[in-house]
Amino acid sequence: MLSLLWLIPTLPLAGFLVLALGGKYLGHRSIAVIGTSSTALSALIAILIGMDFIAAPPPGFVFRQEAWSWIAVAGFSPGIGFYLDALSLVMVLVVTLISFLIHLYSTEFMSGDEDYARFFAYMNLFVGSMCILILADNLLFLYLGWEGVGLCSYLLIGFWYRDPANGRAARKAFIVTRIGDTAMAIGLFLLFTHLGTLDIQPLMQCAGQQWPEGEGLAILTAALLLAGAAGKSAQLPLQTWLPDAMAGPTPVSALMHAATMVTAGVYLIARTHVLFTLAPVVQHAVAVIGALTLLLAGFSALVQTDIKRVLAYSTISQIGYMFLALGVGAWSAAIFHLVTHAFFKALLFLSAGVVIMSLHEEHNIFRMGALRKKLPIVFWTFLIGSASLAALPLVTAGFYSKDLILWRAWSSAGGNPWLWAAGWGGAILTGLYIFRVVFLVFFGEARTAMPPGTARPGLRITLPLIVLAAFSLVGGWIETPPFLGNLTLFSSFVQHALPPAQAVHGEKNDETILELLAIAASLGGIALAYLLFLRYPAFLQGMMLIPAFARIREFWQSGWGFDRFYEFLFVRPYLWLAHADRRDVIDNIYKMALSCMLRWLQKVDPHDVINTIYNGLAGLCLFLHRALSATQSGQVRRYAAAIATGSIGILFIGIFA
Amino acid sequence: MRTVEAIAAIPMHHGLVLAAILFALGMIGILARRNLVFILMSIEIMLNAAGLAFVVAGARWEQADGQVMLIFILAVAAAEVSVGLALLLLLYRRFQTLDADAVSKMRG
Amino acid sequence: MILSALIFILVAGGMLAWMANRWYPGSAKWVALATVGIELVLTIWLWLQFASAMALPAHGGWFAETRAEWIPRFGVSFHLAMDETSLILVMLTAFLGMVSVACSWTEIQERAGFFYFNLLWTLAGAIGVFLALDLFLFFFFWELMLVPMYFLIAIWGHENRRYASIKFFIFAEGSGLFMLVAILALVFVHYRSTGVLTFDYFELLNTAMSPSTGLWIMLGFFIAFAVKTPIVPLHVWLPDAHTEAPTAGSVILAGVLLKTGAYGLLRFVVPLFPDAALQFAPVAIALGATGVLYGAFLAFAQTDLKRLVAYTSVSHLGFVVLGIFAWNPWSLGGAVMQMIAHGISTGALFVIAGILQDRTHTRDMRRFEGLWSVMPRLAAMGLFFAIATLGLPGMGNFVGEFLILMGLYRVNSVLASVAAVAFVASVVYALALVQKTFHGENKHDWQLPDLSGREMATLYSMAAITLWLGLYPQPVLDAAPDIASRPPAIAVADREGNAE
Repeated sequence: MLSLLWLIPTLPLAGFLVLALGGKYLGHRSIAVIGTSSTALSALIAILIGMDFIAAPPPGFVFRQEAWSWIAVAGFSPGIGFYLDALSLVMVLVVTLISFLIHLYSTEFMSGDEDYARFFAYMNLFVGSMCILILADNLLFLYLGWEGVGLCSYLLIGFWYRDPANGRAARKAFIVTRIGDTAMAIGLFLLFTHLGTLDIQPLMQCAGQQWPEGEGLAILTAALLLAGAAGKSAQLPLQTWLPDAMAGPTPVSALMHAATMVTAGVYLIARTHVLFTLAPVVQHAVAVIGALTLLLAGFSALVQTDIKRVLAYSTISQIGYMFLALGVGAWSAAIFHLVTHAFFKALLFLSAGVVIMSLHEEHNIFRMGALRKKLPIVFWTFLIGSASLAALPLVTAGFYSKDLILWRAWSSAGGNPWLWAAGWGGAILTGLYIFRVVFLVFFGEARTAMPPGTARPGLRITLPLIVLAAFSLVGGWIETPPFLGNLTLFSSFVQHALPPAQAVHGEKNDETILELLAIAASLGGIALAYLLFLRYPAFLQGMMLIPAFARIREFWQSGWGFDRFYEFLFVRPYLWLAHADRRDVIDNIYKMALSCMLRWLQKVDPHDVINTIYNGLAGLCLFLHRALSATQSGQVRRYAAAIATGSIGILFIGIFA
Repeated sequence: MRTVEAIAAIPMHHGLVLAAILFALGMIGILARRNLVFILMSIEIMLNAAGLAFVVAGARWEQADGQVMLIFILAVAAAEVSVGLALLLLLYRRFQTLDADAVSKMRG
Repeated sequence: MILSALIFILVAGGMLAWMANRWYPGSAKWVALATVGIELVLTIWLWLQFASAMALPAHGGWFAETRAEWIPRFGVSFHLAMDETSLILVMLTAFLGMVSVACSWTEIQERAGFFYFNLLWTLAGAIGVFLALDLFLFFFFWELMLVPMYFLIAIWGHENRRYASIKFFIFAEGSGLFMLVAILALVFVHYRSTGVLTFDYFELLNTAMSPSTGLWIMLGFFIAFAVKTPIVPLHVWLPDAHTEAPTAGSVILAGVLLKTGAYGLLRFVVPLFPDAALQFAPVAIALGATGVLYGAFLAFAQTDLKRLVAYTSVSHLGFVVLGIFAWNPWSLGGAVMQMIAHGISTGALFVIAGILQDRTHTRDMRRFEGLWSVMPRLAAMGLFFAIATLGLPGMGNFVGEFLILMGLYRVNSVLASVAAVAFVASVVYALALVQKTFHGENKHDWQLPDLSGREMATLYSMAAITLWLGLYPQPVLDAAPDIASRPPAIAVADREGNAE
């Protein structure tokens, strides 16, 4: 069974090829079948492989498969090879499963679109690239998947290419992530130059053996990889692209910009955790970045009016949690949150997509309302997703993963109360902002009449919602805190690939107290949302009349001014310089050189003597030109005479001189 | 043997002067005549003058090279005449005249 | 024998095409197609032959050699030889020859015979350059390649063709002069030290000379090749020439002629003057890095589609210069890869620009916009090659750029990191191209036919090659000059050196 591993990325890529080349000649039905079945098959294979892997683990909990040697130059020999261990198995299961569900959803959601084939082609390409990213056994091949998903992100954000705004968002996403990718590429150069390989496992061993903890090169490499991860995962300071990425179709936002692609950074750091362990400074920076990002994005999510932007900032914030976990060395907690987040965030986006669709492209939550009755299934699924995101205790998956992170942020070797406090504050914010959306959209009074005759979402939309909702509820029961059964199925499985986190601060009792605090935070956030947005909405409206609050609101809404800052610092100067230098300064230098020299001569010599000389030279040239051209009479006899005279003259000289 | 001696008896400068006179005649012909046919003929004369000079020189040093060169010149002359006559025909068709001065399109 | 045949087939084909078009107007393109077709088949056959012969180490890297006396008094011989690097470049030339004939198929109507004559002679000159191992012969082919190219631009070019062609010619000839002087100087230095007057590459390889002499002579070669490659302050002829040339001319210019400059650096500058090149390498690398960034930056600023693509060439060839002067197995493999991949991807972009110009009679990107909905196939190909140009992994350019920078990192980590910024800059210009041309609303109401079968065959084959280069680059990487490879264990020493 394991030997089918290569099929997981290959099937979606094959689907992409068929749709890209033959999409024109296929009907809607066959496009949907091809697009969905390719991901369905790879999900199926992933599940079978997963069962096989657990039932009969390969030696060392690692399975390796090499298709062919990609590049081989003087000891540099990355292959097109796949590597399966506990970590990549978890990731690939999540990715293929969610991809399949979202493809299924899209077959109905996108059915009215003229570019149906192109959509599924891009989506399949994405799934293939993402699986490559996860399963690659060397960093260069991982980089291929990494860039591949970046490309798909660009293509799908700008999917509706007619609107230039979409194109702008798409380019922004690609360029900003590419900045991180470039840093990562430099990191790869460094790794190969100093360790002589890019194969992940030998590389990690080699790094562990050659570099002591705190080694400068390790710090540099880890920082470069961190930049790559921050770009892809939309963390500070490269987070600005993700909210704009919501310009793409909603299934795209669900699949790439929530569930899978943006968590690639988390995966990368977990995959190369040895480097980060060797560079404690950088690892601490990961935690700090995560903590800052989760707070900043949480505040921004609080004031957005576009439902998808709320979810986008929420995604940034939740990935901040994962970074926080990575930064304190709680590798498996980060991956656990990644998994649960994938389920509930995909669910939220897909539900939001239905809401937007049934209100005819209405994105503003203040123009929605009272959809509870009209879209009952969506209401429940969105509610489950929100509850899971807000970490509603006991019943939701998000609760178990987030609390694990909070506990680790306190107790791990790299953890400290400040990080914990950031995460705790973030938990309040999370409950607040997501239930703000729930109350505004599904409760209260209807602010936009749902157009009559809007079809209820069909089975292909509701089925994925229900499945994801189920996962969002029960997905957490594979890893529970000590006082709730102390199940460690997940972390003990992932331990085969990632070292376990050790609690160094805090006693057993602390954990319970902290759990209770965390529960209080999430419930408090939800309660606050209820009070502010459903019970006493007038209070906030009154607050907004105060200019200072309005200004803060605007500031948060614009994502803390990062966009404006970057625009001012990088974009404008680049554009200005480019425009100024459009004609190529160097070319102009050549062109100007001669005339400048003449002008300079004139300046040096005001009496124009030299100019006269030049004029005289020019006149002389003209005179000579005329004189010489007069000799070209065109009469052959004259030429002959000239030849004769010349020869005689030469002979004369030769003889008598 | 007698012919060799007879030739050797002729002083070299006689032959050379004859060649020079022929050459000058040819050149004057080229410069003075306007008819292209005559110009071609003059060129032939000049070529033959050069050939004669070669023969004379060959005789002087008792080498066969001079005669080889003469044959070479004859071949060149034949080629030159064929090309020249072809050009001449084309010119006549185009300009309806054989006046060399009329063909002055290349004026600078 | 086969090597001379490679050149003479093109020479003869060119003349035949010219004459054939007089007798049967319109037949020139068929003759030209047949000629480059034979050429391509021949090179592929050679490649297959030599791929199997590779196993024999006795070759010493040279597969085939032709040597005949030419001007023995001056030690000039007709000496051609082929190793893997030249073979792969000859293949590229033959393939792009095919492409350029295909893309001129309907574009060139006036004086078609002379056009294909010039085209084929340029190709013949380029192949000669790639094969010649006698410096005099090399110079001869170098010039042979330029003059027909001048005509291609001057006669069949666009609006500003006179200016562009004269500029091209002046730069090319001016730099050629430097090379001629350098060649003669090298030959005389060799003559003085050994008493043998020869232009032969192998004999000149180990000429003893004082460091300063070496540096000066090397600079002569370097300037000639730097103009052709181009390296930054000497690149100014390129945008004009590429923009004004007819499509086939742009394809050949970008795909083949620029490679002759890089090939010269690879074959002559470094091997003939190893010490001087080593001494000069930091300057060359700095110039290369400048070119990489400056080209990418200016490409973004352009509004003329062909000019944009032309500046991307400056950027990509900057990478090649970096790779050559870093001179280690990785960077050289990358440099050769980059040459081939750039030839294909940029050639394809010029073909696309040519198709657009043919149909819309403009190259101004401000007048395009929204062509995706009008010509989806062309737009998809445009997107594909824009992505290839920005160096997405899985396509040839990435392998080249990555290996070059990785090799360079070992030599000069700072400049490697600086040059890596081009990864971002290239995204900026490539996406600007896609956005301005294909995305957006079709505001200008273009109604244009999509790709024809001939155009599709051309572009699809180029796309397939680009992917092949990206996913299985080994044949091209093996073609890089085989220098004594430093084992990766050197990393330890490097690290200790850096740790200070």
